[in-house]
Order: sequence, then C-alpha cells, then structure tokens
Amino acid sequence: MAHHEENHDIVVQPANKEHIKKIWKTALILAAVTALEFLLAFTMERGPLLISIYVGLTIIKAFYIVAEFMHLRHESKTLIWSILIPTIFVFWLIVALLMESDGGVPNV
Amino acid sequence: MAAEVTLNKPKRSIWDGGQSPFKASYGKLMMWFFLLSDAFTFSSLLIGYGYVRFSLPAYEGSLDNYAASQEVWPVAEMVFDAVPFLHGVHLPLVFVGIMTFILILSSVTMVLAVEAGHRMDRKAVVKYLLWTIIGGVTFLGCQVWEWSHFIAGTEEGLLLADGTRLFGANLLENEYGPQLFANFFFFITGFHGTHVLSGIILLFIVFYNAAVGTYDRRGHYEMVEKIGLYWHFVDLVWVFVFTFFYLV
Repeated sequence: MAHHEENHDIVVQPANKEHIKKIWKTALILAAVTALEFLLAFTMERGPLLISIYVGLTIIKAFYIVAEFMHLRHESKTLIWSILIPTIFVFWLIVALLMESDGGVPNV
Repeated sequence: MAAEVTLNKPKRSIWDGGQSPFKASYGKLMMWFFLLSDAFTFSSLLIGYGYVRFSLPAYEGSLDNYAASQEVWPVAEMVFDAVPFLHGVHLPLVFVGIMTFILILSSVTMVLAVEAGHRMDRKAVVKYLLWTIIGGVTFLGCQVWEWSHFIAGTEEGLLLADGTRLFGANLLENEYGPQLFANFFFFITGFHGTHVLSGIILLFIVFYNAAVGTYDRRGHYEMVEKIGLYWHFVDLVWVFVFTFFYLV
C-alpha cells in the first residue's frame, strides 16, 4: 500500500503559543462585548442612543470574528476589498431602505 | 542552482497565468463568495424585519406594567424571559445569552482546530472538531427548547376581545404581539438554525475524514479551514440576530 509510506512523512509541529493566545484574546473581547450589551439592556433607557450603541458594538464583534477568526485581516488586499466593498453597499442599502421606508426610523 | 533555473525559463509577466491574485486556494475563495451571497440573503431578511418593525408602533412606557398587545411591537426581553428548569421565573434574555456564549465558544474551538490543522496535528484537529460539533448540537438543542417554549406560550396567554385566551404563537396567531413578530422570529432564527444544522453535518464529515487520516494522506488540512469559514459565518449571523431580534 503506497499510502502507508506517505503517513511516515508527516511532521507534527509544536503548538504556536503566540497564535493560540491571540485566539483566546479575541474570544475574550467577544465575550466581554456581549456581556456589556447584556448589561446595557437592563441599565439603559430604550431609545435611539441605545440602538446606536448596540449597532456599534455589533460591528465591533463582527470585525473581530471576520478579521481574526475568519482570518480575513491576514489575507491579500484584493480579497479583503472584494469581500468588504459589497458588504459596505449592503449596509448602505439597509440604512437607505430603513430611512426611506414609510414607517421610517422615527425622529432619529 | 536557482539562478540557472530562472535563466532557462522564459520571462513571464503577471498576465501570463500561473499567478494567484488573491493568494488563496480556489476552494477558500469560493467559500468566501458563497458566504458573501449568504450575507445578502440574511440582510434581506433583516431589512424586511426592520421595515415591518418600524412600520408598527413600538411599546412605550415602563416595563413594570408591560402587557402584550397584538397592535404594538413587543419588547423582546419581556417575551424571551424563560430558562429551562426555572419555570415561571422572569429571567430576561438569560437563555439567549447562554446560547450566544455557546456559539462563541464553538467558534473558538473551530479556530483552534484550524490552527492544529496548519501544524498537521491530527489528534488536536479531531479533538477540537469534536468540541465544535458538541457546541453546535448544544446550540441547536437550546434553539429547539426556545422554539417549543415560544410555540407553547405563557401560563396566562393573551386575553382576546371575544373573551377567549390565546396561548403561544405560530404562523397564524401570536400571543406576544403582532402576527409578523412571530413570523419573523420563525423565519430568521429558523433560517439561522438551518445553517447551524448544515454546519454540524459538514463538520461531522470533516471530523470523520480527519479521524480516518484522509487529510494526512492529502498532505493538508484545508478542508478544516473551509468549514471553519462557514462555521464562523454562522456565528457572525447570530451576532446580528442577537442584536436586532433580542436586544434592540
């Protein structure tokens, strides 16, 4: 069996401590932001200010997931932009539709 | 010698092919673009949700005397306040918070599996993939509970104008608020749950292949990376669902 020969070539490298530390740091940031959102739900008055804070915190979480967990930050610039530009247009579309719709976001 | 090799080769420009402008494999690129298109789908659901939500009047006033009404958009923390084994205790958003942490943790074990894959460490890949699957299954189980509780309804239900009481919600009636609130809940969390389910199935296939040594023979663990991208995307969508459905 030819496959058996190949198996012996595999060299398991030791764990990259630095990298693993960074993964847990990112996880900690995500957990902390979620905990903060949770806290704000019970301490702040509901309204446009709280909604803006939530949107901001959500974008922070999205950034860490996409940049670190999905590794996009470390990809080539062309890949980063080809993912980011369509996403920015979608955000624009969401904001435009919500602002222009008849119901509208009242008195923001 | 390297110098000789370059001399023997014809001079190439970057337009002659053989270059990878994204410096990523075909499979990874296609996964990225699939996820982008999937993001459009979820965006359209959230746009529909936002439009309907802001078209209807929001609940005003203090939460102390909160009462559900089919004319007014409900406050999510008053609807989702149940936790398993703690019947009748008002614990707003606690259960959905636990679900969020489970999904974040399963994302962490997923990155750890990808990291182990880079090092060709089969044992660690298998271990972390198994943890990721456990996280995904737990999340899905929580969602099943959340749905069945939402469908079954509260103890008191909602008193209707004709004197009868309405319990729970489905696609035709809803005790918590306007009908569309229930419909969007089922569609958005259901669509996300379907993604989690297909993610678990894909993870299991990769887990099996890793365990039997397919990727060792192939010489790389890129499949783990690709499924990792998908799994993080599922986590990412949940971050948005959590904010726009439960918090705002």
